[in-house]
Amino acid sequence: MKKEKLSLEKWIKDADARNITLAEFCLEESAKELNTANIAVMAKMKEVLEVMHASIETGLSGVKSHSGLTGGDSKILAEYKGNALLGKICYDAMTYAIAVGEANASMGRIVAAPTAGASGVLPGVLFALKKHHEFSDIDLESGLVVAGSIGKVIGNRASLAGATGGCQAECGSAAAMAAGAVVSMMGGTNKQVGTAVAIVFKNILGLVCDPVAGLVEVPCIKRNGSCAVQALVAAQMALAGVESFIPADEAIDAMKRVGDQLPCALRETAGGGMATSPTALEWAEKYFGK
Amino acid sequence: MNLIDVIGPIMIGPSSSHTAGAVRLGLLATAILGETPKKAQIFLHGSFAETYKGHGTDMALLAGLMGWLTDDVRIPNAPEIAAETGMEFSFEPIDLGEMTHPNTVYFKIEAADGKKCEIIGSSIGGGQVQITQIDGFPVEITGRLPALLVPHKDVPGVIALVSSKLAAAGINIASMRVFRTDKGGTAFMVIECDQNIQGVLLNEIEALEPVITVKFIASVL
Repeated sequence: MKKEKLSLEKWIKDADARNITLAEFCLEESAKELNTANIAVMAKMKEVLEVMHASIETGLSGVKSHSGLTGGDSKILAEYKGNALLGKICYDAMTYAIAVGEANASMGRIVAAPTAGASGVLPGVLFALKKHHEFSDIDLESGLVVAGSIGKVIGNRASLAGATGGCQAECGSAAAMAAGAVVSMMGGTNKQVGTAVAIVFKNILGLVCDPVAGLVEVPCIKRNGSCAVQALVAAQMALAGVESFIPADEAIDAMKRVGDQLPCALRETAGGGMATSPTALEWAEKYFGK
Repeated sequence: MNLIDVIGPIMIGPSSSHTAGAVRLGLLATAILGETPKKAQIFLHGSFAETYKGHGTDMALLAGLMGWLTDDVRIPNAPEIAAETGMEFSFEPIDLGEMTHPNTVYFKIEAADGKKCEIIGSSIGGGQVQITQIDGFPVEITGRLPALLVPHKDVPGVIALVSSKLAAAGINIASMRVFRTDKGGTAFMVIECDQNIQGVLLNEIEALEPVITVKFIASVL
């Protein structure tokens, strides 16, 4: 018997039919799957949220990575008072996401959501939203449940690993999860959650995984920042009522097909992209002492 | 994959495969040996050998051997702490061949009483791991669930003897696999269970005639 693939479309339809929000639906499903009570799932999310918050603080304090290659950018961004190009939410989401990426590279404590390499996107977006929209922790926890449930569908239909699907599967998936969470927290419809997910993949398709020297630093940390903003772009379109011609499940499937077509060199092996630029190769040679 | 797998684990960075996965491989190695090793020769293959320095894979492996979890903030100091506790350790590159997963570690570890064990395991992505060989025996241990490792004589009826002990204690078997190299020699049973297993039951299973020894391996996920 073939096991049916998870479907975000189906969950949205089921939630609509029962006249409940996708957040309520996902919480119920998660509790069932984990064989526990709704309140226990929320308690776990609270623990996760606290680590996410602390990891933002770690990064903003100005840390250097374990290899010495990166660090300090989120502090620069947080202290910058010059020309404002982005709105406050986008700016803070970008800054916080980079902060977590830097905390991760410095061997700090983070939440892999869905992976360590993409761990900045979700906390970046959630805590920027909290700051400017005065969301409570419970709102954020419920956003995390929606984000995680979207991640489950992506992991099931495609992949959440850069080695399998490129960066589109890591930072791209993190952005899709964050976009869905934002729409849900902002009171968007269930359908709009799916729309935001689809739009993220449209905008991020093909992003390769090309870490310099194979380390989770360049370009990963900045991509966390840019993908946090991508999440907000998609959520904004969906909330405004823009629709996606391609439904969410099909957008996820397209991401999988592109991942399958990516050569191995562009899937976390440091065999292409930024990783094989002369500056990268020179640094790697010096660092690893070859 | 459930919600906690996607939103998690809480871990020390930078890499779920090269750091968190490495901690878990160390944890499993120590569980298989039965105690924290006094000596550890650690051989790194593929990407582990090439990039361990930048990912803190060496620190993470030692942390796991000392029984620390993936989110332990002491991980960056693991080598110093391991040395302070008197553990002798070394890291060397090794080539285990094209067919071996790129993130693979080969432990040669020794307990204080001289008991030795050789273990090979791989970090297969997202912090998931797999022990593939113990003392030359091919096995498959993922650490997802509590597991029993039962080396035994390859004679008829052993599986029934062991599983009836588990059933009587109300332990549900999630998966069970038997591995052997030669017919009639020693075989390895790996039983993943839904519940943790208490010492009394372990002793009962160990007392079964064809069973050589029993090791309980706690879940590391």
